[in-house]
Amino acid sequence: MSIIYLDNNATTQVSEEVQETMMPYFRELYGNPSSMHTFGGQVGREIRTARERVAALLDALPEEIIFTSCGTESDNTAIRSALAIHPDRKHIITSRVEHPAIHVLCAQLAMQGYRITELPVDKNGLIDLENLEKNLTPDTAVVSLMWGNNETGVIFPVEKAAQMAHEKGVLFHTDAVQSAGKIPVNMKTNVIDMLSMSGHKLHAPKGIGILYVRRGTRFSPFLIGGHQEKGRRGGTENTPGIIGLGKACELADKNMQKENTEVKRLRDKLEKELLARIPQSRVNGDTVNRLPNTTNISFEYVEGEAILLLMNELGICASSGSACTSGSLQPSHVLRAMGVPFTMAHGSIRFSLSIYNTEKEIDFVIEKMPAIIERLRGMSPYWNTAQSSCASK
Amino acid sequence: MWEYTDKVKEHFLNPRNVGEIENPDGVAEVGSLACGDALKLTFKLDENKKIKDAKFKTFGCASAIASSSALTEMIKGMTVEEALKVTNQDIAGYLGGLPDEKMHCSVMGKQALEKAVENYRGAPPLEAGAKIICECFGVTDKEIERAVRENNLSTVEDVTNYTKAGGGCGNCHDAIQQIIDQVRSEPKTDTKPKLTNIQKIRLIEETIEREIRPSLKHDGGDIEIIDIIGNRVIVATRGACSTCKASDITLKHFVEHRLKEFVSPDIVVEEVAK
Repeated sequence: MSIIYLDNNATTQVSEEVQETMMPYFRELYGNPSSMHTFGGQVGREIRTARERVAALLDALPEEIIFTSCGTESDNTAIRSALAIHPDRKHIITSRVEHPAIHVLCAQLAMQGYRITELPVDKNGLIDLENLEKNLTPDTAVVSLMWGNNETGVIFPVEKAAQMAHEKGVLFHTDAVQSAGKIPVNMKTNVIDMLSMSGHKLHAPKGIGILYVRRGTRFSPFLIGGHQEKGRRGGTENTPGIIGLGKACELADKNMQKENTEVKRLRDKLEKELLARIPQSRVNGDTVNRLPNTTNISFEYVEGEAILLLMNELGICASSGSACTSGSLQPSHVLRAMGVPFTMAHGSIRFSLSIYNTEKEIDFVIEKMPAIIERLRGMSPYWNTAQSSCASK
Repeated sequence: MWEYTDKVKEHFLNPRNVGEIENPDGVAEVGSLACGDALKLTFKLDENKKIKDAKFKTFGCASAIASSSALTEMIKGMTVEEALKVTNQDIAGYLGGLPDEKMHCSVMGKQALEKAVENYRGAPPLEAGAKIICECFGVTDKEIERAVRENNLSTVEDVTNYTKAGGGCGNCHDAIQQIIDQVRSEPKTDTKPKLTNIQKIRLIEETIEREIRPSLKHDGGDIEIIDIIGNRVIVATRGACSTCKASDITLKHFVEHRLKEFVSPDIVVEEVAK
């Protein structure tokens, strides 16, 4: 059975070019870039190239790029650095829909005495910038807002938010794990101080990420040890990962146009057709300010895990915000923050595409989904009543 | 990804007995859309009072659907008394086990079965005096007590996995812990070996015959066991007892007292609706 992979916000396939670029650095060119000999030193040159490529994708300076192990490490580093350089400030502003890397960290910091403001979102998943402004105080150490939401794809106006934070002298961090490589990110035209990014969301391998730190921004490292990354992140470099990420960024830059035309067109087709063919379904999240590859659709009266497992039988991979898939008993915190009713949240499915998806795959999913939902609704004790009450209206 | 057994997958992909029986003898709905799973169970009896057919409709995840399917298969051919002896563990066992986080799916099956039998008997709602502990999922203290006792649970997390209680806002965690502490401090589990259901029923019958009935008969009365559900002994009063205004005092202070002493301290005696 062939796999139709529509779960690219979870992780992506390492692209062929990226894999090829990485391969020599496992067995042939395995030297340590810090070594004095040419054998190791030549790897250092490749890391420099990779750093330039990452910087090019973000319109940043190479020296502003710190390689880390993942998006979560970058997020943790950014927040802790901001707190370390402002030890007198005890307030953090974030949102109710952040990734756990921020959300759980802030919950822990709250227990250590920090005051956390989680900005609410409206029913479309958007924040109110006036509300941000109202909450900025001289005690605020950092504002951290995600650029693109992993579950709904909703894009926050982080560039404006960063300006507002700066006007009050507050550092601004963004988790751009989902947006980097999918929408243009230009660090020359914005004032964002720190930005997290992860390799495996843009066809580089897992286990590599970056933290962008604007030149001139004070910084306190999280991992202490070696002199690597100019002392900003200790630990021997993940050389194949870094070199792979460099290549992936180069490709992402090249494919940016395709991502926002072709991938977007397929996403829109999938969304439009599913909504047309499946009654009592709706999109979660703003459809204008949204990543081009993501759609989050709720199918009422059925449960997400059951939908996913039936899709799985056909080789279709996606995700759900239902409680049953999370191991907790409540549906996704993002959908709850948006006020999506539980009845809708339990049946939510996130489809996230990549440039490697084909029209044929999307057509197959469009063809198969209605029967899956119908089958589960046929078992649902609510469906008949819901249907008859709709018919009587 | 959940680690489901092949049996769970098979029952999810090919669920048995989906639907609703028209004019059922017993019907029950448990759960709700909001809590993420719900089950409607219907059954019909044949002329020998055995369950001829059982059907379900379930909103929920794969293990909820598989548990419902398993339950309907298991109870077919049983009398309602036999069916009531099916535990959530039996349902999970039938499926080759369920992940811990999914045990509440089997508990939901058990709850639906109990409610459907009650509906068939026209009995009053279960467990008068039960108090809601978990507001988010509407779980009572009695349900938590039972889950703790029957599954030998020791942490709040276990209770959440089995009953959902405590899985929402978390405000009831202390109350759940208290129930766990209370159940676990009950001495009988260590001193007396756990009775199987059949042993317990036999012991109850023997105790009534030997310790209770002679005294009642002496006063021209009698009782008859109607049903035994877990530790609830449902009885009907006969003879002089059935017209006696003090019969409920007799039941509580004499019958229940004796059964607690000879069978288990958890026994509760209830009189069937007249």
